Amino acid sequence: MQQLDFWTMAFVFMLATFIGFDVIRSVSRLLHTPLMSLTNAISAIAVVGAVLIAGEQKTTFSTVLGTIAVAASVTNIVSGFMITDRMLRMFKKREPSK
Amino acid sequence: MIAEESIWHLTQGSYLVASALFIFSLRWLSRPETARRGVLAGVLGMTLAVLGTFLNPHVKHFEWIAIAVVVGTIIGVPLSRVALTAVPQRTALSHAFGGLAAGLVGTAKYVLWLESDELTTFRMFAIAVEVILGFVTLTGSLMAAGKLQEVIPTRPITYRNQNVINLFLLAIAVGSGIWLVVDPTQWQLFPLIIGLSLLFGVLLIIPIGGADMPTVISLLNSYAGLAAVAMGFVLENNVLIIAGALDGSSGFILSVIMCRAMNRSFTNVLFGAFGQVQAAAVAGEQKAVKSGSAQDAADLLEASNQVVVVPGYGMAVAQAQHRVRELRDQLSKRGISVKFAIHPVAGRMPGHMNVLLAEAEIPYDELAEMDDINPDFAQTDVVLVIGANDVVNPAARHDKTSPIYGMPILDVDKAKSVIAIKRSMSPGFAGIDNELYTADNTMMVFGDAKAVIGDVVKALSGGSGIH
Repeated sequence: MQQLDFWTMAFVFMLATFIGFDVIRSVSRLLHTPLMSLTNAISAIAVVGAVLIAGEQKTTFSTVLGTIAVAASVTNIVSGFMITDRMLRMFKKREPSK
Repeated sequence: MIAEESIWHLTQGSYLVASALFIFSLRWLSRPETARRGVLAGVLGMTLAVLGTFLNPHVKHFEWIAIAVVVGTIIGVPLSRVALTAVPQRTALSHAFGGLAAGLVGTAKYVLWLESDELTTFRMFAIAVEVILGFVTLTGSLMAAGKLQEVIPTRPITYRNQNVINLFLLAIAVGSGIWLVVDPTQWQLFPLIIGLSLLFGVLLIIPIGGADMPTVISLLNSYAGLAAVAMGFVLENNVLIIAGALDGSSGFILSVIMCRAMNRSFTNVLFGAFGQVQAAAVAGEQKAVKSGSAQDAADLLEASNQVVVVPGYGMAVAQAQHRVRELRDQLSKRGISVKFAIHPVAGRMPGHMNVLLAEAEIPYDELAEMDDINPDFAQTDVVLVIGANDVVNPAARHDKTSPIYGMPILDVDKAKSVIAIKRSMSPGFAGIDNELYTADNTMMVFGDAKAVIGDVVKALSGGSGIH
């Protein structure tokens, strides 16, 4: 299976960081708490690495660590997305007056 | 191997689309109108990335994954239903889980590659970074969550040579990491790195006081993201690098914003001076305080045209936000304009106060940021300060000896009159007296914010019955 080389990954990291700075800067202060819980859920992408370890089942040791890592990541995915949505539902515009 | 080749392309394709969805997710979050679409994009991206990973031919066993998914869901669902005042603790706890996942995957990879003799110099380097970042984030976030939940003391815990000791421990951890990069077979160094990182995470957070929590949470957010990036380098996986970088830059920007809002430099935050115990200013001549009743406050409010409410964490702790909403309704009914002035560090994490007010169904277009509302205070009849302290202390503007000198504040003292609701004259986080409270145009109403505002509302509605 093909592998990515270091330099490709370094370029990807640099570009993603710049996109991140740009996108995050435009987020209104109003939504900074939901922003943090959403990025929190997104960084639970670590589940991909955890699934690779837990699903490979090379050794008992690695399987145990991988399984705990999957559980930790899924906790973040579930609670992160759910609480973000819960908070965002509360942000309403001024109700039509009278 | 044609099949394996095409599966690889399929997986990479799913990662590519997932990465794009994550970027859209954050883009859509920039405005309240499109924000919920952002959550949907995030969920879709995550689902795609996981499905793409399931295709990987190395992922052969699913029983443990299934159990872990169930366990994660069982913990995750209640965690998403916490009270909104507890959102900062929940967020810190999530950073801890993120750090844990990164640390464990890094450890597993090290052991697997060491056994199969596949540890290249670069892989070892990436694993060392991942493990240190992951485990520092784990214990650091647990400490932050503990402080926010007040299961451990929120005041700064300091000892002699704190910075030197902390940096020394970190240096040993990093040094051991470098040694391992040179010679990966020195496996006994690996548990040492884990132990030191766990310890360093604890030591990094204990000297930090409650007022600095918004910065700390943002910083840990950044670390959790960078740990995911490091995992991406270990596993040679771009979607991990991209999603981690988005989280890392988000946390970084929020920390910078929080630092600016408190007039602290970034190095100041990273190296200990932050959260330092500030000697309480010696009270000079005690100036007289004018205090009034809820009825007095109601009378003052009723006679005004323009009211600005400054909510602080004191309001949130008293769970007074719903009463504040009733007050807002009463005033609006009388044609009095009401605005809410939000200081960037009001609350326990960035944007926390906005969420608490939104929970009380206060429309977000009535919330104003500090820079937008500061010029308006001179034309404001009454400012109602509820449980906010340091962020409205005029000393920050002119008193060079004050520990909060230079911190941007809400200029509420420029309003015609100020009503401050507070339980007592006790100082806030910075431990200093607030000259706003002794100013001539300020009236203090002592008492629990929820009870006081309830009484004000009652006084106002009682009056309206006659009109």
